[in-house]
Amino acid sequence: MTKGILINYEFCTGCHSCEVACKKELGLDFGEFGIKLEQVGPYKYQTGDLSEKWEWTYLPVLTKACTMCEDRVKTGKMPACVQHCQAWCMYFGDVEDLARKIDGSSRCALMTGAVTS
Amino acid sequence: MKSAMQYKNDLGKPWRYNEDEFEVIRTSMWSPPGCHPVGCGLKLYVKDGVLDHVEGDENHPVTKGRLCPRCLALKDYVYNPSRIIYPMQRDPADRGKADKWQRCSWEDAFALIKEKRDYLAATYGPECMAVLSGTGRSGGIMVSDMAQAVLGTPNACYTQSGYACYQPRSAACSHVLGAYYPEIDYAGGLEETYDNPEFVVPEVIVVWGKEPLPSNGDGLWGHAVIDMMKRGAKLISVDPRVNWLSCRSTVQCRLRPGTDTALAMAWLWVIINEELYDKEFVDKWCYGFEEFAARINDPEKGMTPNKAAEICDIPVDVIYEAARLYAKAKPASIAWGLALDQNQNGNQAGHCLLALMSITGNVDIPGGQIIAEIDPAPGVAIDAKSQAAALADLKKAAFSADVKSDNVSKDLLDDSLTTTRMEVNLDKADAASDKSTAEDAARPTRRIGWDALSDELKQKTIGMKEYPMYVNNIRNAHADRMFDAVTTGDPYPIRMAWIQSTNLLAPTCSAESDKWYQGLLKCEFNFATDLFMTPSVQGLCDLFLPLSTCAEKNDVSMTHYFGSPVTIGAINKAIDVGETKSDAQIMIELGAYLQSKALEGMFIDAEDFLNQRRANVAKMSWAKLAQKVNFQRGVNYRKYETGRLRPDRLPGFLTPTGRIELWSTAFAANGEDPLPYYSEPAFSPYSSPELAKKYPFILTTGARTYAFFHSEHRQIPILRELNPDAMIEIHPADAAELGIASGQWVEIANDFGKAKFKAKLSPIVKRGVVQAQHGWWFPEQDGNAPNLYGVFQSNCNTMIANHYNSKLGYGAPYKCNICSVVPLKESYDTNMSVVDSKFGKLVI
Repeated sequence: MTKGILINYEFCTGCHSCEVACKKELGLDFGEFGIKLEQVGPYKYQTGDLSEKWEWTYLPVLTKACTMCEDRVKTGKMPACVQHCQAWCMYFGDVEDLARKIDGSSRCALMTGAVTS
Repeated sequence: MKSAMQYKNDLGKPWRYNEDEFEVIRTSMWSPPGCHPVGCGLKLYVKDGVLDHVEGDENHPVTKGRLCPRCLALKDYVYNPSRIIYPMQRDPADRGKADKWQRCSWEDAFALIKEKRDYLAATYGPECMAVLSGTGRSGGIMVSDMAQAVLGTPNACYTQSGYACYQPRSAACSHVLGAYYPEIDYAGGLEETYDNPEFVVPEVIVVWGKEPLPSNGDGLWGHAVIDMMKRGAKLISVDPRVNWLSCRSTVQCRLRPGTDTALAMAWLWVIINEELYDKEFVDKWCYGFEEFAARINDPEKGMTPNKAAEICDIPVDVIYEAARLYAKAKPASIAWGLALDQNQNGNQAGHCLLALMSITGNVDIPGGQIIAEIDPAPGVAIDAKSQAAALADLKKAAFSADVKSDNVSKDLLDDSLTTTRMEVNLDKADAASDKSTAEDAARPTRRIGWDALSDELKQKTIGMKEYPMYVNNIRNAHADRMFDAVTTGDPYPIRMAWIQSTNLLAPTCSAESDKWYQGLLKCEFNFATDLFMTPSVQGLCDLFLPLSTCAEKNDVSMTHYFGSPVTIGAINKAIDVGETKSDAQIMIELGAYLQSKALEGMFIDAEDFLNQRRANVAKMSWAKLAQKVNFQRGVNYRKYETGRLRPDRLPGFLTPTGRIELWSTAFAANGEDPLPYYSEPAFSPYSSPELAKKYPFILTTGARTYAFFHSEHRQIPILRELNPDAMIEIHPADAAELGIASGQWVEIANDFGKAKFKAKLSPIVKRGVVQAQHGWWFPEQDGNAPNLYGVFQSNCNTMIANHYNSKLGYGAPYKCNICSVVPLKESYDTNMSVVDSKFGKLVI
């Protein structure tokens, strides 16, 4: 079953906890990441229905270094990024289960690595 | 989408347990590393006496396993190659010379302090010594004890101009509200937190002059706001600068920096004149409402929404919308922050926000503002008299015997001792019953030494003459008058400074930090308690006493400095590093070495201190708290109805009138206007138009980042890479006019100083406003004077002048100043490879 990480990124505050927890878990050097925070904005829309509304969206992206914390998961723990997410907007599991959590009430992204089990 | 833990976790695990090859120690963090007293839950994984890694502890009632980057990087701090872990001394003639330090023993260090202290106290009087402190660290709250009990000088001092951090709000709490620090209710003190049936999710949370997510300000766990948003809370943001939360707010009030009082008065105008206030609460529990309403409506000193719109530079509709949304929401809370303190009008801003919370009936109700009660742990009932008697007997035995002997059974103490008094807060309230304030009642920790000082010495406290309310309230010398003493000898010279847990030359707290540096160089002897060789210690000190981190000491995380009824946590020691000591150990051991009369017979050792002054708040011994790790204090609401806010147990608030004093008797008695008024920042395009031509930008400082706590963490590569350079935010249109490209370095300047920053072009700041980061120094740079790790390169506090305080001595314009902005050709970019090569290889 393919494992994935679901991010309810409507609530991602950009706190970097996932990044740092991952780097500590994988022992990555500076400048290297297993998950890396990316952002859109901040800017203010000038057009359409969103006029005068602000865009400021964060989304952490899995890199090639991501192992889905295979070793941690084997012992029953959550991946380090999911465990420490301060906004509690990350979920780990089988992609089918995670996909069912996406109910349209929030902005979500489902990511997978290449690790299956 | 509801969030829930879904995997195996460590819920229910004891305070210490084994997992694979590790011993796991559960703990509740405070500092060092510097942070606000939140008490986040951590699991420290130790192998062969070495900290291997950390994880968040799911057992913590508030943080529930979540953790911020600074604690995730704890190991890199503990074993950082630049950390100082042995006492060191240096000849005062060699201040600023990085290679002149020599390792010494604690005995040598204490002997040197004794020699200098005895000589200086005998020759010039003990008041010639000062203990200077910073914020956030566990030593900060002990500054008065260290000065007044250990050294015997009245001059404890947090050196920030006007104590422009927390105290302007705090003074308003004590005197206007008569209860301590109304924090937003996030159910932290209730079992099952948000799911507790007593709790109500606030309909609206106002985030006013605060960035709770990165700052965890004052001990509020910032991401609790996210938890409540997910449960339906709407937000109102009051902040000049756009932030992540404000983008998700129903209303944004992007006011001009420093005009908070005008905006709050305008909200009050709407709420009073549209009769949106809680009349029953006002009638019963507020004093001076008629006068207050008359002031708000006063044609001269009052504030209509139209007038405020002009002053604050926001559309008038936004003021009406925000005020109505707040007043109509039931319940609603206001998360009020540092920005309210950082202007001269801060006491009045605090007064107005308390008035908003009060007249809308949101004080001390579920989902509103929670306040501390006289009984710090109302859920725990104990037989106070027998406990106190048992403790007294045991202590007598301890002090008459060899304290190290097994006869003084720690077990016996642990079992019998819970607290010296059931209601520890009465300790302070009783001690000065006619002058007791709500802050004293809520924070039973700070007057060991003050009461032992002679009246003559108390009167000599620097600033007592000019600002008696400030000095008596905080038991601190007034910061700006201390600046005078240090720099000019007025009212008398300072000859010795203990710089404890503050990097005051870095732009953290002190205003005109370059002049503090020159002034403190004149002292005959300076010593420091810290963990790293900061520019302040390198430039000024003759002796370095190394402090333990939370991983190396037993201590208590005093969530919200005990001022809010949420959690109390045990900081459990897991490892030893070098010869470091905790603040409490140093206080007790140095106090004994100096034969301090104030501390004589008071504490057997650091654990006894924790029993008497920390764990007692949870009504248990330190040893029991250690095993419990976290303790929720229990919350009673509407305590003004039940006598739980006053030592005399009468209903009402702890003010002279027993009510919330919208007309403040205390302000009136101290020569301040008893009613709020708006005053324009001392430096602004309106108050100083000529200067503003020369310095056309409004300068705000001090925005928080996730990577750092004030001047800390710059030598942790994994955190530094999140924010390598000292940044300034400028609006893209302003940058275009000045020819500043993204990432280009600029110099900002005003009449007092100048500093270099790397420009970040962003529309989140208003046009004409720049936001400079604070706290910068560069541990990778040359430590020798005059460079001192580049501490004056990006030092925005050289640009903040002292003595722009309120009438009562509070507040200072750190967030509403002026400057010019000039692009530079040179780049001062940090080379992360250098940072990593210097600090990346841990010493274990």
